[in-house]
Amino acid sequence: MDLSALLNCVTSPACIVTQATSGLIIGTLLFLVAAGLTLIFGVLKVTNFTHGSFYMLGAYFALTIFKLTGSYLLTLFGGAALTAVVALMFERLFISRVYGRNVLMQLLVCYGFVLIFDDAVKFIWGPDFKAMGMPAAFQSPPLLIAGGVVPKYYLFLVGVTTAIAIVLWLVVERTRFGKTVRAAALNPAMVSALGINIGVLYGLVFALGGLLAGFAGALAAPVRSLTPGMGFSVLIESFIVTVIGGMGSIGGALIGSVLIGLIRTFGSIGFPLFTEGLMYLFMVVVLISRPTGLFGREFA
Amino acid sequence: MTRPGFGRDLILAAAALAVLVALPLIFPSKALVDFVLRCSAYALFATSLNLLVGYSGMVSFGHGMFFGLGAYSFGLLMQRTEMPIPAAFVLTIGITALVAFVIGLICVRLKEVYFAFLTLAFQMLLYSLILLWVPLTGGDQGLSGGIPRPVFLGIDLTKPRHLYLTACTLLIVGLLLMRHIVESPFGYTLRVIRDNPERAAFLGIDVERMKLVAFVLAGIFGSIGGVVIAVFVSGAYPDFAYWTASGDGIFMIMIGGITTFLGPAVGTVILLLLNDFVTRITDYYGLVLGPIIVLFALGLRRGVTDVLVEAWRFCSRNAGPVEGGALTMPAKGESTAPAPAARLLKRELKG
Repeated sequence: MDLSALLNCVTSPACIVTQATSGLIIGTLLFLVAAGLTLIFGVLKVTNFTHGSFYMLGAYFALTIFKLTGSYLLTLFGGAALTAVVALMFERLFISRVYGRNVLMQLLVCYGFVLIFDDAVKFIWGPDFKAMGMPAAFQSPPLLIAGGVVPKYYLFLVGVTTAIAIVLWLVVERTRFGKTVRAAALNPAMVSALGINIGVLYGLVFALGGLLAGFAGALAAPVRSLTPGMGFSVLIESFIVTVIGGMGSIGGALIGSVLIGLIRTFGSIGFPLFTEGLMYLFMVVVLISRPTGLFGREFA
Repeated sequence: MTRPGFGRDLILAAAALAVLVALPLIFPSKALVDFVLRCSAYALFATSLNLLVGYSGMVSFGHGMFFGLGAYSFGLLMQRTEMPIPAAFVLTIGITALVAFVIGLICVRLKEVYFAFLTLAFQMLLYSLILLWVPLTGGDQGLSGGIPRPVFLGIDLTKPRHLYLTACTLLIVGLLLMRHIVESPFGYTLRVIRDNPERAAFLGIDVERMKLVAFVLAGIFGSIGGVVIAVFVSGAYPDFAYWTASGDGIFMIMIGGITTFLGPAVGTVILLLLNDFVTRITDYYGLVLGPIIVLFALGLRRGVTDVLVEAWRFCSRNAGPVEGGALTMPAKGESTAPAPAARLLKRELKG
């Protein structure tokens, strides 16, 4: 524990800027993963334990596309789209068979696929660390804001994820598709009775979740080292985020992600050995005081 | 202590113990002895988890914390004090019971997936504390330097034969005690709570208190598994308290079957065998084990012992419904059927 270091940091604007931006990029990437997770839980009532693997797949797809084409734009969208395809296939072929079954069966199927995805990545891309490298557009020297160092790519990242968050919100709140999704979350039988193909809808929602996770992976690829199993910690953290924010609530996921990102970066200064512990402590406190999360509805 | 079937359980336990004792005499192999030792630790752990998942309908994702707690408490007591082994064992149970009581008090109020995540959070908190408190726990290196094993009551745990017999005895006695718990009126109370908590409350059962007792009991037996593994590896490692330990426990009970008492123990043997076998033949453990797990979940849809029990009932033309049906814990709105456990409990209370 190093409280004086933490105190030094929060009194220096440079340190605050540096830590807050890295907290923000952890938070925004986490948000993309957690938003998909919470969307899938809210609509399909499935706890998707493979969601971390989608993040990993997104990053690896991005790596390959970037090596082949060199175009970062293509990398981002290609990585996300390929992941969405994998997610859709996974949902139609396997997850659709465990709807309505107890959470342990879903866990078992997902765990099997976590093992498969991890090893498939190991098989295809090799077991060792991979780095994608920073795209040329962002290789200029970092900006200095109030004395804090902020790489340009971080700003791009935060900007893109904010835009996605807004688009996601618009889609869910303002479009016909969003309305149907929200209705299906409340009463799938009624939605189905009104002539909407619930199987297709579930597949689309799952693919959307996969798309978001794959996008997060592709965005993270230049700043994270790629390794099989990189999805695990993201999975656990995005679970913490969804539980804190309230399962099924996208707004809650946003707040939860940013909080967790900031706890991680500032915690790593004050409590270097207990950073993860802080997240779990926070989760315990939230669950005890508000069992359904900060923004969760009561699933009675 | 008199309940129908207790005598039969006792005879079965004695027979099982006799088989385990005879096993290394017939097949004198170190690998076999080690395997049985690991099985006994994990079978105690998995069966104790099933007290929660299978019998009480409480899906805990954090049961590994008691496994780790047992291993660390026992290891530390033996390393830091001059305490004899039985005293350290009893004290470990006391510590676990206390921790389980406090954590249980907070957790049992929550339902379903929230209970699962809160237990997971507590487990990871314990894990983080183990990593943080380096002077006491050795951090990520674990408790190294070996655990001293002074002779007690003529038992010398440094001798492999003594260690083996002690672990087997602990396993059988532990299983017998848990069997007694789940077949007692208290055990049937838990089944009522699992099948229909509202009804249980109307019958005058203090649901949260019963769940808490089950949580503490499961924690205690889980920690005994931890003690066995700590003595076996002569140390304690943070991995024992990591969420993967809880995950392994869940796969063991799912593979073995949660509706039969011995399902978790069978699942333990299967999963450990699979682990050992698959890691020996290939580096791509996940590509082999993953499809097996998926086939299990989607093809078999229940544990091995559930299938065996159904087949046996079918063959003996006694095709009554398996108690609770395959995979209990009905989904919401599904639990309106009169719970078999409730009927049994009524009978128990009357008789």
